[in-house]
Amino acid sequence: MRRLRDYAPAALVLAAGIALWEAVVFAFSIEFYLLPAPHVIVQSLRETYPTLVEAGRYTFTEAVIGYALGCGGGITAAMLASRSPAFADLVLPYAVASASVPIIALAPLAIVWFGVAQGSKIAIVTLMTFFPTFISALRGLLGVTPAALELMHSYAATESQIFLKLRLPHSLPLVFTALRGCTTLAMIGAVVSEFFGGPMKSLGVYIKSTASLFQTRQAWSAILVTCALGLLFYFAVALAERLVMPWRVERGLI
Amino acid sequence: MGAPIIEIVDVGKSFGGRTGPTEALRAVSLSVDAGEFISIIGPSGCGKSTLLRIVGDLVEPTSGVARVNGKSARQARLDRDYGIVFQTPVLYDWRTVLENVQLPLELAGRPRQERDARPLALLRLVGLEAFRGHFPWQLSGGMQQRVSIARALALNPSILLMDEPFGALDEMTRERLNLELLQVWSASAATALFVTHSIAEAVFLSSRVVVMSPRPGTIDRIVDIDLPRPRLDKIRAHPRFFELVTTVRESLREDPALAAGDDAGRAI
Repeated sequence: MRRLRDYAPAALVLAAGIALWEAVVFAFSIEFYLLPAPHVIVQSLRETYPTLVEAGRYTFTEAVIGYALGCGGGITAAMLASRSPAFADLVLPYAVASASVPIIALAPLAIVWFGVAQGSKIAIVTLMTFFPTFISALRGLLGVTPAALELMHSYAATESQIFLKLRLPHSLPLVFTALRGCTTLAMIGAVVSEFFGGPMKSLGVYIKSTASLFQTRQAWSAILVTCALGLLFYFAVALAERLVMPWRVERGLI
Repeated sequence: MGAPIIEIVDVGKSFGGRTGPTEALRAVSLSVDAGEFISIIGPSGCGKSTLLRIVGDLVEPTSGVARVNGKSARQARLDRDYGIVFQTPVLYDWRTVLENVQLPLELAGRPRQERDARPLALLRLVGLEAFRGHFPWQLSGGMQQRVSIARALALNPSILLMDEPFGALDEMTRERLNLELLQVWSASAATALFVTHSIAEAVFLSSRVVVMSPRPGTIDRIVDIDLPRPRLDKIRAHPRFFELVTTVRESLREDPALAAGDDAGRAI
């Protein structure tokens, strides 16, 4: 584990950034509806705290459920596809191509299909996180070296032994890289989907409606909450990664 | 003396390729008795690794047959009669040193007690007991290959197959590991088949050295190594050791493909 002291430079940069922001707003007399000073945002955050907690819980639930479905589905599909390399070769190009499809563009349609409540957002997040996880997991499962496989064959290992003792652990680093990246995708998917419609007490709708009313400080405080939740999500997964792969932690790879 | 433990009869192997099949081995026959240490030596492309893989049933011969312990190579593999050491250590980086040595015992479904005790004893044998909790990347190349040897012996195999296990190591480490390998091997009951391109290594380790030539791979000559055992480092300075090294080297030189120069050989 890195020491607290190692994070000092980063914390210093953050503090300097906030100070600079505050100074620029003050020095150029920027109106708060254009760019509120940090202390104004914090003040607004205090006032609207209960609303933001409720909205945050609503949106975070969508992100986490969609993430679980998308990533879980992606890993499961990869495990099934890895049983048949021919099938994997068939679907992999399409899965890779899907990365260039802006799934978020489907958000208005998702509302038509799944309603304006959480269902449509969960559907978008599921779709957004499915393919990256699927591709990484499949590459990890199939990417074992011929020598590692030969070792298994020399001990007459069964297919399920090869899967459990070689393919699965070998795929973990790639799977976790995808899982970490998907936390960001899940937050984006949930918040942006809400821009197209949802209840007032959700982060996306709250940001959109306060911004359109020039209530910039409220919008900023909601964005701050979104960032905090995104970071929380990311670090929770990063912590899980460290617990699951101690051999990479010691090596300093994660 | 009973039936040979390894019997290679008239084995041929061709690999398909874009420019037509390449003949890697032609009419190779060899019998190995239990307890022998056989080295296979030859220039790159002589099919020595392929021959080892055919014995271990990792590659199927195009013609001929390899029989091990009186059964087919396939059956011997399924019965887990082999321990294999590859050119690279092939350790799983998510397993500790101890867990890597335990792998064959897990795959064979051996009881817990054996899975705990046997790998520790083997690590002690290769001098790495203190490193049992380390991960492979924390070990040097030589140490990794010792772990790989310990793993190969985990199921107490009757056949130990080694494919240039020390090829990537420096000369000093290689000589030390040669000595260690002999100690470990003599403590086991295994018959060893050892592929190498080092003449000194082959002579030091073996009871017989099989000299092969390439394109297609055939056995040129088998040199009996009549040096006494146990062999210690000082035997490398023995006149008989030099004689045998010279004999093996000359057998390699007699190879017409080599004599004509490697480029000429490649053009064929």
